[in-house]
Amino acid sequence: MFTKFTKIGAVAVIASFPAASLVSADDFMPENPECIAPSNPGGGWDFICRTTARYLQQLDIIDGSMQVTNMSGGGGGVGFAHVSNERNEDTALIVAASNGTTSRLAQGAYPGASADDVQFLATFGAEYGAIAVAADSPFEDLGDLMDAVVADPRSVAWSGGSAVGGYDHIKPLLLAQAAGLEDVRQLLYVAYDGGGEAMTALLSDSVQVLSSDFSEIRGFVESGDIRLLAVLAPERLTGHDQFPTAVEQGYDVVGANWRGLYMPAGAGEEAYEFWTNAIMEMTENEEFRQSLLDAGIEPFNNFGADMDAFIESNIAQITEISREIGIIE
Amino acid sequence: METLSSLADGFAIAFTLQNLFLALVGCFLGTLMGALPGLGPANGVAILIPIAFTLGLGPTPSLILLTSVYYGAMYGGRISSILLNIPGDEPAMMTCLDGYPMAQKGMAGEALSLSGIASFVGAFFATWGLVLLAPQLVKIALLFGPAEYFALFTLAFATLGGITSTNQAKSAFAAMLGIGIAMVGVDSQTGVQRFTFGELHLYDGIDFLIAIVGLFALSEVFIFLENHRGGAVGNEKAMQIGRLVPKLSVLKYCVPTMFRSTIIGFISGILPGAGASLGSFLSYSLEKQVVDRDGETFGKGDPRGVVAPEVGNNAASGGALVPMLALGVPGSGTTAVLLAVLLALNVTPGPLLFTNSPDIVWGLIAALFIANFMLLALNIPLVGIFTRVLLIPTRILMPVVAMISFVGIYGISGSTFDLELMIGFGVLGWVLRKLDVPLVPIILGILLGNEMEVNLRRALTISDGDWSILLGSPLAIGIWIFAIIGFALPIVLGQRMKRRMRNAASAAAADIKD
Repeated sequence: MFTKFTKIGAVAVIASFPAASLVSADDFMPENPECIAPSNPGGGWDFICRTTARYLQQLDIIDGSMQVTNMSGGGGGVGFAHVSNERNEDTALIVAASNGTTSRLAQGAYPGASADDVQFLATFGAEYGAIAVAADSPFEDLGDLMDAVVADPRSVAWSGGSAVGGYDHIKPLLLAQAAGLEDVRQLLYVAYDGGGEAMTALLSDSVQVLSSDFSEIRGFVESGDIRLLAVLAPERLTGHDQFPTAVEQGYDVVGANWRGLYMPAGAGEEAYEFWTNAIMEMTENEEFRQSLLDAGIEPFNNFGADMDAFIESNIAQITEISREIGIIE
Repeated sequence: METLSSLADGFAIAFTLQNLFLALVGCFLGTLMGALPGLGPANGVAILIPIAFTLGLGPTPSLILLTSVYYGAMYGGRISSILLNIPGDEPAMMTCLDGYPMAQKGMAGEALSLSGIASFVGAFFATWGLVLLAPQLVKIALLFGPAEYFALFTLAFATLGGITSTNQAKSAFAAMLGIGIAMVGVDSQTGVQRFTFGELHLYDGIDFLIAIVGLFALSEVFIFLENHRGGAVGNEKAMQIGRLVPKLSVLKYCVPTMFRSTIIGFISGILPGAGASLGSFLSYSLEKQVVDRDGETFGKGDPRGVVAPEVGNNAASGGALVPMLALGVPGSGTTAVLLAVLLALNVTPGPLLFTNSPDIVWGLIAALFIANFMLLALNIPLVGIFTRVLLIPTRILMPVVAMISFVGIYGISGSTFDLELMIGFGVLGWVLRKLDVPLVPIILGILLGNEMEVNLRRALTISDGDWSILLGSPLAIGIWIFAIIGFALPIVLGQRMKRRMRNAASAAAADIKD
């Protein structure tokens, strides 16, 4: 009972004196920290956990090493349910998250779960979407492509690395909407198992357009195998400013796949402060920043209240488009 | 020539004492992981990633360690197939078909060494293929669109009849069952759940490892329990191990098999959707049709039936590195993990990998060669030790098999649901064995059913519902022709063979009368 009271006391102190939080967070050190990647080894979430584990250890933010656990199933739903049901008060646990997490929450793909069941912690990067065609494609720019799509949506096949309703699908839907296609459900989207396979579909001329992330297709653009029509970023990318955005071509669409983390909702303020500071410190590290840029990931940092607001608007946006295309009622 | 000098540079990078040691450790661990049911190459590599990072290894040593584990696991999978009739990983499933009968005939040692040599041959030539042809080979992968993949998977199912010679209807039933199981999960083409009954653990479908371990390993334990009714010690005469090294003549008549299977396995590996399982399956079924048309020796312990799938699966694992390195497309679970390692090391696979990071690529390829020779050197002398497994009394061996199965499956996702599912598959396997239904087509259905369906639907989405796309390219038509021949040939030949056997039987009866 005593420890419980002191915990509540600590929360109260932090809430009333935000400046003191740094000090108290320094006292807290999670034992046997763990990062759950709610997928098989090798995917984006796995990458988030392994990168985070590596830098937190390298920068001595945590004691010893951080264990990475792969808990696949249900498109991250198994991990989500595990954290919210069984480890709700675990202070040493963080979980990899991305657009995939929020879009499944928005579309009700995690049964009985809502975003409030966990505490979203931070984002530390974003990969902007990109639209590409084969090197010898007749579509010279985004305008050509979207005109053809509006004229006959069934004549242009798009490939993407996510299932129907996933983010690679939502990006072309947003573009079609911006281009004035009345019934966006007419869009011909072919789901592939990951961005690599979707790329192969474009290279083998099985489809005419690829919806993917910039970082994933950069190598093929540089080698001249494919042509990039638009980057779905608010502005041209730092270091890659030769590629036009969709916005400047008259289609007001931004598609950012963020990378971040959540933690159990009941872990307490102390742990929340600790992990927020830990991820913040990681994002300030020069080597970490460079490694993100090398991988084609732009800095995209949200912490604390900003993070809460971001997650809320992210879910609202996906809910809206999912409703329009008929994925949810 | 330029390629060869790059390769020499690669060897210069790989040949340090530390790297050789890492390769040795990786080969040993990989063989062990491959041999244990449930613990496959993908998990093995994933387990070792944090170790590689913790040791602070650079990109090349990390990759050497991890690829040695990858190749090692491909070698190791066959051991439990041959000794226990339990595949250590999914491509080793086909090795059970003739490997276990060989062991029962008292040729376990021979089967192990022969399959070790076969693994070496497959992996060795596949690595050369990778060295010399990687950029060109990518073009083969790009010839395959959804329609061609659908035809290819149909080919695999069409040749099923040739594999399990007993009752065709039962193998067809088993394949259907497998395809049915593959349908469980969220359908990627519509986002709709199928047969998940609201159970979160079923959303991503059923992991084929759970099915394999349940159907093969656990059902074996159940059969044992049934036969021994607990206390009775039963028939425990020690099995014969036989000679450890195959005769040169046996080796010699396996050479054409090795040649054909290397090519088939390698091409299957290059195709991202196909991989090692299809490689070992097609190698076996083709070999059966080429050298054993009458169905007399395959399935009963023919050495060529051990060599073909082992060459095929190891050649495929070399081939699978082609799309991973040159396209960034992983052809299997393990290459997906290796791809993630490359990304974590800030190496971007893709068309520019060979020009941008030649030291890593060539160091990796050199490591593959080193691992391959080490595995051969490690595996042949170890045959004697592996075969000791057969001398362990079944009443001790079976509980160990059960334990390893549980630990291995729990290790995949850490969920008890998977364990329950595995027990369910164990019971199913026991029932099906009682009914004489072959288990291999079930696994094949689970492994390939999903890809087959998804590619059919992709093709039809692209053509907007026009079925003629399935015959839209010369390659697709070619594969269809093969599929039809593969389906029809055993039926036609089977009838002729039956007639011949009946004639032979009546002739023999006549002889006796005389």
